[in-house]
Amino acid sequence: MMHKLNGRLRLLTASAALALALGAALPAFAETPKDTLVEGFAFDDIITMDPGEAFELSTAEVTSNTYSLLVRLDLNDTSKVVGDLAESWTVSDDGLTYTFKLKQGMKFASGNPITAEDVAYSFERAVKLDKSPAFILTQFGLSGDNVTEKAKAADEHTFVFTVDQPYAPSFVLNCLTATVASVVDKKLVLEHVKSVEPTKDYKYDNDFGNEWLKTGYGGSGPFKLREWRANEVVVLERNDNYYGEPAKLARVIYRHMKESSGQRLALEAGDIDVARNLEPGDYEAVGKNADLATTSAPKGTVWYISLNQKNENLAKPEVREAFKYLVDYDAIGATLIKGIGEIHQSFLPKDVLGALNENPYTFDVAKAKELLAKAGYTDGFTVTMDVRNTQPATGIAESFQQTLGQAGVKLEIIPGDGKQTLTKYRARNHDMYIGQWGMDYFDPHSNADTFTNNPDNSDAGTNKTLAWRNAWDVPELSKKTKEALLERDSAKRAEIYKELQKSVLDDSPFVIIFQQTEVAGLRGNLKGFKLGPSFDTNYVWNVSKE
Amino acid sequence: MSMSDTVRMSGRRRARSRKAVATVLQFLVVVATTYLGLLAVTFFIGRVIPIDPALAVLGDRAPQHLVERTREAMGLNLPLYQQFLLYCRQALSGDFGVSVLTTNPVMTDIRRVFPATIELATLGTLIGALIGVPLGVLAAVKRGSIADQIVRVIGLVGYSVPIFWLALLALLVFYARLKWVAYPGRIDVVYEYTFSPITGLYLVDALWQRQWDVLRDVFRHIILPASLLGYFSLAYISRMTRSFMLNELQQEYIVAARAKGLSEARIIWGHALRNAAVPLVTVIALSYASLLEGSVLTETVFAWPGLGLYITNSLQNADMNAVLGGTIIIGSVFIGINLLSDLLYRTLDPRTRAR
Repeated sequence: MMHKLNGRLRLLTASAALALALGAALPAFAETPKDTLVEGFAFDDIITMDPGEAFELSTAEVTSNTYSLLVRLDLNDTSKVVGDLAESWTVSDDGLTYTFKLKQGMKFASGNPITAEDVAYSFERAVKLDKSPAFILTQFGLSGDNVTEKAKAADEHTFVFTVDQPYAPSFVLNCLTATVASVVDKKLVLEHVKSVEPTKDYKYDNDFGNEWLKTGYGGSGPFKLREWRANEVVVLERNDNYYGEPAKLARVIYRHMKESSGQRLALEAGDIDVARNLEPGDYEAVGKNADLATTSAPKGTVWYISLNQKNENLAKPEVREAFKYLVDYDAIGATLIKGIGEIHQSFLPKDVLGALNENPYTFDVAKAKELLAKAGYTDGFTVTMDVRNTQPATGIAESFQQTLGQAGVKLEIIPGDGKQTLTKYRARNHDMYIGQWGMDYFDPHSNADTFTNNPDNSDAGTNKTLAWRNAWDVPELSKKTKEALLERDSAKRAEIYKELQKSVLDDSPFVIIFQQTEVAGLRGNLKGFKLGPSFDTNYVWNVSKE
Repeated sequence: MSMSDTVRMSGRRRARSRKAVATVLQFLVVVATTYLGLLAVTFFIGRVIPIDPALAVLGDRAPQHLVERTREAMGLNLPLYQQFLLYCRQALSGDFGVSVLTTNPVMTDIRRVFPATIELATLGTLIGALIGVPLGVLAAVKRGSIADQIVRVIGLVGYSVPIFWLALLALLVFYARLKWVAYPGRIDVVYEYTFSPITGLYLVDALWQRQWDVLRDVFRHIILPASLLGYFSLAYISRMTRSFMLNELQQEYIVAARAKGLSEARIIWGHALRNAAVPLVTVIALSYASLLEGSVLTETVFAWPGLGLYITNSLQNADMNAVLGGTIIIGSVFIGINLLSDLLYRTLDPRTRAR
């Protein structure tokens, strides 16, 4: 017995000692490696790394750091573009032909030379694969049948792009800054092409390397993609074959961390260099910490509440206007979205060509009551709103519920999971919905196309834009949206967008509330970390450590 | 050996093998019905939740013609019963298809995320059992004393405090303030490319490859989430141990043992616990199985890439292939662990072997 107990005791002491040995002698302060940037980042939206297929916000950041484009946004003046692979470009007098001259002597990360052939192949595969972002290219009249003619290499360093209408050059060039126009390494991709059986929907005998590029990499950016493990890690490594100025750090590691408070703790302890998903409280605390810094940038995403015009109460113009007076903008700006957004009432985000930066509406119950009375609702009415159960959506919905109540309108909030509310919204089965809209590419048309374009308001619908989802039938505005596309004078084009925004402000069923700001918490020793105006301009190659 | 002996022996053997076949058949029937139930439930949950699965594949911003094409390709336009048959056929052929979220075959994903959960659950259960059982015994022996009260409070806290909150609190104390443990994830980024796991159980891999610094780092990462999970199973195990022990301590054989003059330690650990161990095995096995499902909240807070997070994320995105695969795995784990605890029963309790 005694012996047995001794044995047990010995085991216990041994394991305790082991635990101590493993746990003890800890470094006092954790620090990430000097040549590596470690970011805590919620990237569970990533579903593919193929630039011809990816359309998610997190992927946009990875793609823009690992692939090259013909042209990129000029970060000093975002209404313009600058050359990336392209040295120069010209537009023909009829406005249909764009000729790009490529820089000489550039290589992909694989070592293969970058030629106009690669550019043409990248356009071809994006159009033929016809995945979510393909419309950014196909809207210029490209199709599987004509893409090899309309986007082709004239010689090794000349790429010619032909569009079907004399669009505003700013529109065409802005679209080419989208990640779907990223240039892939044709030679490398062809080595990994998988043959497939052609079908009715997909007429081609191969997958253009789509399966391989989902997790593989064939680009020429400052960084190369080493690995992506879903919901775990994304690892970028410096591309030593990069033609421009080399990236300052050897490696960038994104760790999937979903929790704001967890990111804050890890940032404070030095286990990550950047925290990317801080909620207002944590962001504020990071700002007060002397070892840390914060940065922020407005992003091309606007948040709005929309009123389904199928609901006859909401279809009255006075009601639409009254609701715009019933949002407590000041309170929301000061609390709910503090640090993550700023009040913004027109549909174009700041810094985009033609953006209107005025916020005419203020919280005014008396005015709203007057409008409601005019519409015949002296005693108000009851209405529902679908709200996804995350912040700031819930907070804003609750604030709106309270302010609507002051004017006698009873709001019932229907909470739901994000995808669930969205499914309902897309089927036009809601009364009201609170949502966000992010720009697909950095051009005013991206948002105009969804807020003011509704070519067919029938339930079948040809183009299910946000205007369609809320059954807002606006043939005049739809026509004007098209006209803006063909206005080749940038100043005049900007004017048209200003008018469109005014119409939406005055009369639309969209109560636009704020523009999202992206924030990040940083370790104090980081240099050169800057968030861009869009998700595909969050560049990491200038970042270094002291 | 005479002729008749051989005949009798083979007869007995035949009878025994018949019995074995019956047992196996019975087992298979149970497994089959369980699986069918699993399939039906996951399928109908997947179809009842008002989420368009095409949305998961394409995201919100895809043009309309793509949505139509995808719905067609996913068979979402077929009648419900045909969809269910399709779903069953897929599952039976062992092909769970490709996860739309990660684009990997579901089995590849599960092989990647499951070891993370196994490692955490095993350590958690070990902690829970090694501390929970002695605490339960203590509480039973010193029934009504201060010690009993303390164990009760520990258990009560374990039952009632939300794990999410406790996890954040633990991080704040042990990671942020005391710096005893490491965070986030399973391993520090410095080892990301110097350490190549084989089994996916990092502790085992590090030990096997004799990478001591990696082992220490992995241990520092796992100890806090494992302790938390351990605490929650401890709360349960100690309560159950206490009640089993109280039951045993009232039995007549204990009185007999005392009368014989056996030491109290021998009576408690050697006799009473030995008998209480039989139902305890089931309790511990079930708590282990529930940890193997993956604790979503713990995995979220600790950025732990495990099964719970994977399945929840898939379910929310209507990624039915992944949900099906994950459910089958969890179902198999439950069935397997039940079988295992049955086997353990036999070794622990001679009476179950007698027949």
